[in-house]
Amino acid sequence: MELKGRIISRGIAKAEALVTLQPISFYGGVDPDTGIVVEKGHELEGKSIKGKILVFPNGKGSTVGSYTLYRMKKNNTAPAGMINKECEAIVAVGAIISDIPCVDKIDISKIKDGDIIQLENGVVKISRFHV
Amino acid sequence: MYLTREERKMLDGEEGYAVKKSMEILVALGEIFGAEKLIKISSVQVAGVSYHNLGDAGLEFLNELAKDGKVKVLTTLNPAGMDLEDWKKLGISEDFAKKQNLVIDAFRKMGIIISCTCTPYLIGNLPRYGEHIAWSESSAVTFANSVIGAMTNREGGPSALAAAFVGKTPCYGLHLEENRVPDVHVDVKVDLEKFSDWGALGYCIGKEAENKIPFITGIKDASIDELKSFCASVVTYGSKPLFYIKGLTPGSEKQKIPKEKITIKNEDIREAYENINDDIDEINFVCIGCPHCSINEIAEVAESLKDKKILPNVEFWVATSRPIKQLADVRGYTKIIEDAGGKFACDTCLAVAPLKGRFKAVATTSAKGCFYSRGTNEMKTKLGDIKECVNAAVSGRWS
Repeated sequence: MELKGRIISRGIAKAEALVTLQPISFYGGVDPDTGIVVEKGHELEGKSIKGKILVFPNGKGSTVGSYTLYRMKKNNTAPAGMINKECEAIVAVGAIISDIPCVDKIDISKIKDGDIIQLENGVVKISRFHV
Repeated sequence: MYLTREERKMLDGEEGYAVKKSMEILVALGEIFGAEKLIKISSVQVAGVSYHNLGDAGLEFLNELAKDGKVKVLTTLNPAGMDLEDWKKLGISEDFAKKQNLVIDAFRKMGIIISCTCTPYLIGNLPRYGEHIAWSESSAVTFANSVIGAMTNREGGPSALAAAFVGKTPCYGLHLEENRVPDVHVDVKVDLEKFSDWGALGYCIGKEAENKIPFITGIKDASIDELKSFCASVVTYGSKPLFYIKGLTPGSEKQKIPKEKITIKNEDIREAYENINDDIDEINFVCIGCPHCSINEIAEVAESLKDKKILPNVEFWVATSRPIKQLADVRGYTKIIEDAGGKFACDTCLAVAPLKGRFKAVATTSAKGCFYSRGTNEMKTKLGDIKECVNAAVSGRWS
């Protein structure tokens, strides 16, 4: 399956998808040293976003979250790529300054946990090996 | 988004790395928010200065940009994590000071004025009505939009820096008149008796007008200090960084009263205090100046502290900008406050200094200060006016 979106941050990435339908706050919501989601009650709480194609509707919370993404990139705990339903300023700026490929305007309900995603300049290729 | 030939060259990297990265940020934001073009700005306020929030990665990012990045417009800086000259007296560690100074060095290299204040409009970064600017720091953004009538979105640290390197910002959101129309009428039926009531009022309106632009009626008078406090509170607790007060703030005469109506009553203010104030009597930290103190506020602190002694186990901060402190020196306020056992915390504040674990409970005049003291610094909070805070400092108790 192939989906076409809008490029937020250029680049190529291929990795396993981690999907949530809840917005993510990177500042305070994700531990930048481990890549683990720590926001209480978040459906990804306890899961690591490191090296994944992180699929979520949009970011939320403090604008410091852009720096958190940059910090994760430097710590090797950042996601390999990000796919949003509707990107906003925190994630967009974070993705650009950290060189994390990012695309939005994607129907994220079509992507499932564990799908192998290839992200290439606005095009999302989905391979599913599991049922 | 339409780009001129000159802007396209910047995006292609002809002016170097910092400008290219900045253009990428501005174009992406412009595309997301539907901007048709970039517009010129006359000044920038950059947040994200405290090493406490930036960490090593943030410092590295700033150093990358500082290699070839130079600001194109008047650019001032938000508070840092410490007093840049006298950090030791505030209990800041040697390691933190070293890192914080590296952050400041990077900003200095970019040509930014090391003003380290959240009230740039009090010390020389003062836009005029209708002027386009790109500011971060939510309280200053709200003050610029509402009290001055300048036009800015609520930028983050990196997008404000990007605007400074390019001298432009994407034209969307609050840069367009059609997006500055108020969408909720807030009728204030409250006796505003003391300074901190303005913070409490901001709490009420921010919560009720979440992500909306309030049009406020029922307020007959307000000082700049009261408006400054209200700006910080209303945006911290949820509104957009723009409001109108009928008859007091610019543009209020042009706007129509929105249909949706909320009334704020005395009991709402009482409830706000109940929510902001924790159930605690003992106070070991007092901070006046969030946003940074004006010279009037410092005069009042000095007046209240005259011939009094702050308890040795209570830390007392007057947070302000260095130019305002220099006025306080000249007026003799500094001596009165320091003789009483108080400290000046220039360049920094209770929201961005590394205070976690140092104090159990803070008394402050700022509703915004209470929010950040609770959230990031895990302190108990009491909100009151300068007299009540000074009383807490000399008695160690809230009464």
